[in-house]
Amino acid sequence: MNGFDALYAKAKDRIRALSELPSIKEESIEQMLEARGVERRDFMKWAAGITAMLALPSQFTPLFADAVKMADRIPLVWLHFAECTGCSESFIRSDAPTIDSLIFDYISLEYHETLMAASGWQAEENLNHALKKYAGRYILLVEGGIPTAMDGQYLTLGPQSRTGLSVITEAAKDAAAIFSIGTCAAFGGIQAAAPNPTGAKGVDKVISQPVINVPGCPPSASNIVGTLMHFLLFGTLPALDRYHRPKWAYGNRIHDLCERRGHFDAGEFVESFGDDGAKEGWCLYKQGCKGPYTFNNCSTERFNQHVNWPIGAGHGCMGCSEPDFWDTMGPLEKPIDSHLVMGLNSTVDKIGTTLLTATLVGIGAHAVASIFMNKNDEKGE
Amino acid sequence: MGNRRVVIDPITRIEGHLRIEVEVDENNVVQKAYSSSTLWRGIELILKGRDPRDAGLMAQRICGVCTYSHYKAGVEAVENALGVEAPYNARLVRSLLNESLYMHDHVVHFYHLHGLDWVDVVSALSADPAKASKLAFKYSDSPIATGTDELTAVQKRVKEFVDKGQLGPFANAYWGNGTYKFSPEQNLIALSHYLKALEVQRVAAQMFAIFGAKQPHPQSLVVGGVTCVRDILSPTRLAQWKEKYKIVKDFIDRAYQADIIMAAEAYGTEETVLGGVGVKNFLAADAFMLNRTENLFQSGYIKNGDLSQVYDIDDMKIEEDVTHAWYKGTTPLQPYDGVTDPEYTGFIDGDTVNGEAKIIDETQKYSWVKAPRYDGEAMEVGPLSCLLVNYARGNKKVQNEVGAFLKRTGLPVGALFTTLGRTAARMLQTKLISDNAIITFNSLVENIKSDDSTYTKFEINPDKEYTGRFIGEVPRGTLSHWVRIKNGLIENYQAVVPTTWNAGPMDGNGTIGPYEASLVGLKLEDPAKPLEVLRVIHSFDPCMSCSVHVMDMKGVELSEFKVTPMSSGAAC
Repeated sequence: MNGFDALYAKAKDRIRALSELPSIKEESIEQMLEARGVERRDFMKWAAGITAMLALPSQFTPLFADAVKMADRIPLVWLHFAECTGCSESFIRSDAPTIDSLIFDYISLEYHETLMAASGWQAEENLNHALKKYAGRYILLVEGGIPTAMDGQYLTLGPQSRTGLSVITEAAKDAAAIFSIGTCAAFGGIQAAAPNPTGAKGVDKVISQPVINVPGCPPSASNIVGTLMHFLLFGTLPALDRYHRPKWAYGNRIHDLCERRGHFDAGEFVESFGDDGAKEGWCLYKQGCKGPYTFNNCSTERFNQHVNWPIGAGHGCMGCSEPDFWDTMGPLEKPIDSHLVMGLNSTVDKIGTTLLTATLVGIGAHAVASIFMNKNDEKGE
Repeated sequence: MGNRRVVIDPITRIEGHLRIEVEVDENNVVQKAYSSSTLWRGIELILKGRDPRDAGLMAQRICGVCTYSHYKAGVEAVENALGVEAPYNARLVRSLLNESLYMHDHVVHFYHLHGLDWVDVVSALSADPAKASKLAFKYSDSPIATGTDELTAVQKRVKEFVDKGQLGPFANAYWGNGTYKFSPEQNLIALSHYLKALEVQRVAAQMFAIFGAKQPHPQSLVVGGVTCVRDILSPTRLAQWKEKYKIVKDFIDRAYQADIIMAAEAYGTEETVLGGVGVKNFLAADAFMLNRTENLFQSGYIKNGDLSQVYDIDDMKIEEDVTHAWYKGTTPLQPYDGVTDPEYTGFIDGDTVNGEAKIIDETQKYSWVKAPRYDGEAMEVGPLSCLLVNYARGNKKVQNEVGAFLKRTGLPVGALFTTLGRTAARMLQTKLISDNAIITFNSLVENIKSDDSTYTKFEINPDKEYTGRFIGEVPRGTLSHWVRIKNGLIENYQAVVPTTWNAGPMDGNGTIGPYEASLVGLKLEDPAKPLEVLRVIHSFDPCMSCSVHVMDMKGVELSEFKVTPMSSGAAC
């Protein structure tokens, strides 16, 4: 418990420090929620949910509630680079706190090109204003990879046609924290897949400041919001894994907590999409599921307020929160050991690291081989 | 005094990175307009050499707003190449997902991307909530989110921001511009719907995720069918879909439709929204399977705004021109023969109404988007095209819906050919889809009683070459994907995307595309704050990530493509 006591004290200090910062708004979050017809009970229930998601004991719940009251002291700047806007779309799907309350009530979203009213010169002005006014205080959220080939000119922004590279360098300078939202910002993503024509890279490869990676294609709304809330509560970086992902979200393999794990252990596999095994919800390993190699909490958090997730919908995990997954996990619908290498030597090496880092719990190489050798298909096709 | 240049970069509230420049004369009337996309990602190059079964999931990453569109297109292009037909259940589920997508995407577009061009947030603060509450009944028999208490609360929340100069995402926009036409009460109604729509779009996304796994970027389609067999065989899941569907449909009927009727009334005489259709050719594809024999929309194109004649589409007449796009070459090429070789020339220094900036040199190349042409002509695609083509085709459902809207608003058919018409068409299309999605759903429920097949097995012969394509409708218009498979891997991949049709630059003949043409003649109140330009451009619902793509179909003959009529009624 000592560790938690220390953490508790830390959160307390954090809230004290936040409360001394100038508030951007006057009304408390509770008053605001009340005006929106959200009862305190619901608010506390939400705080309890976030506490549980971040793997903290329940006594942190009231602290959360306190921390959220201070959320208006933390301005957000969200920048878009080489991306598809899927991560923004995922973010606006969040239910708790609802995005409208995020926009209006809690957090001061100072810049977000998909949602903001201003355009052009006025948008640019908003960005410069936020970076100056809140220097050292704003959280920088980044969506998209950074094209670096041709001096970064595959992406230009604003009336002065600045490259994405120069915009991120400047915005990172005075940020209190930097989060790479999604696999493109974290690891380069789709545009960085071989042959990476634009030299796209993850944010932490082009700037010198520390970056927290929240990968996924897109990450679930709860991972995005949870990461923000964690920073709000502690003001420091959470425990991170070797790819700088928060351990509370990316600490387990999909495979570890998968609802179909029992079928894997029992050797019950979907042999073909749509077969009887598929109707029974058997394991998708043979259909290329990358759950054993992928660290994320989709198995428990799911997507769209827990409505569903890929394995729930009968499709294998494709490993989208892992670095270079497009190259290392493909073909996406085939198991890795029947890997078809695309004539790219670099890829072979990367497959090696993937396998080394993701020790296959319960899947020794021998076991894998036997899965493919024992074709006791009693079902017949 | 010569023309002055106006630069708008970034255009916000769209997907991706877009720059628009216009030249205005001394009366602030737009003489020339240039559309430039400022990001290139090279996704089709990346697709080469991969497993064809991965094409859909990879192509889907072109765009996360019309997520699913490129997924379905990629999967169905590969199916078309391999000669695989997905089972009826799978085709219905794909159609149902598409209907769910439109019900989400169009609502988000109108409220969160386009709405602030019509709604003056600051003006809403001086509204009388009680009066506004009463007024809402003028546009809907049972309005939603417009009770006096609710409107008062909405107003109070926004007011606090404004009083402190803290507008957050509403900061520094063009509030107060004279072309905002809603009364304070109308602005308040729409603002309340803006907030309500944030809630509703979450439900719409859940509705999609029931059969799609997640939204954005679903993961339940495979070449040969769908994987969500457990969901479609579960009565609980079917009931969940229906429940969420009703919530979203309710909002479309009682808020979205009402607000467009209100906009038609308020903006019916506002000159700056009564132009905006410079290219009067419209192209659309088949879409939305309702059952084995019926699709909701049919394909075709019309020329010069003439609704008396609809033509069938011939793929051979599609060409792309790169004279002003950042690729090597100047000769227009058939997509199948297209070559891609980036040739970036950047911008030049220049003077604008807001001061020194980098500007487009229109005599050179100036965009990552190519200029597609049909039979040498520019074409508009999108919801407006879809409705006009189907109206002209005599599609009864479309004629009735459009007719009822015109009658209700007192607008003539000609009013469709405007920025206002384009925005109204998106609502009418959403309404048609949400009214008919239940037919698709019922077809599925009926069919699973006797048939639970969701997947067709297939083989890819590594010694054979395959070519195939998909053509259909997605939220921003007509989309086609083209694929060539060799040695069991993707040899070539190409997407011809809606926003490319609309946002492309000038071609080698000096013909301009829909974005650029829609702005010519537009009068700006204040060129330094070009709200009018945003309104016109947003009415197209730009999606830049989609539109910038590369072509590399060197040496493919059209005859190699198996062009079959759209049997699945696939929409996307």
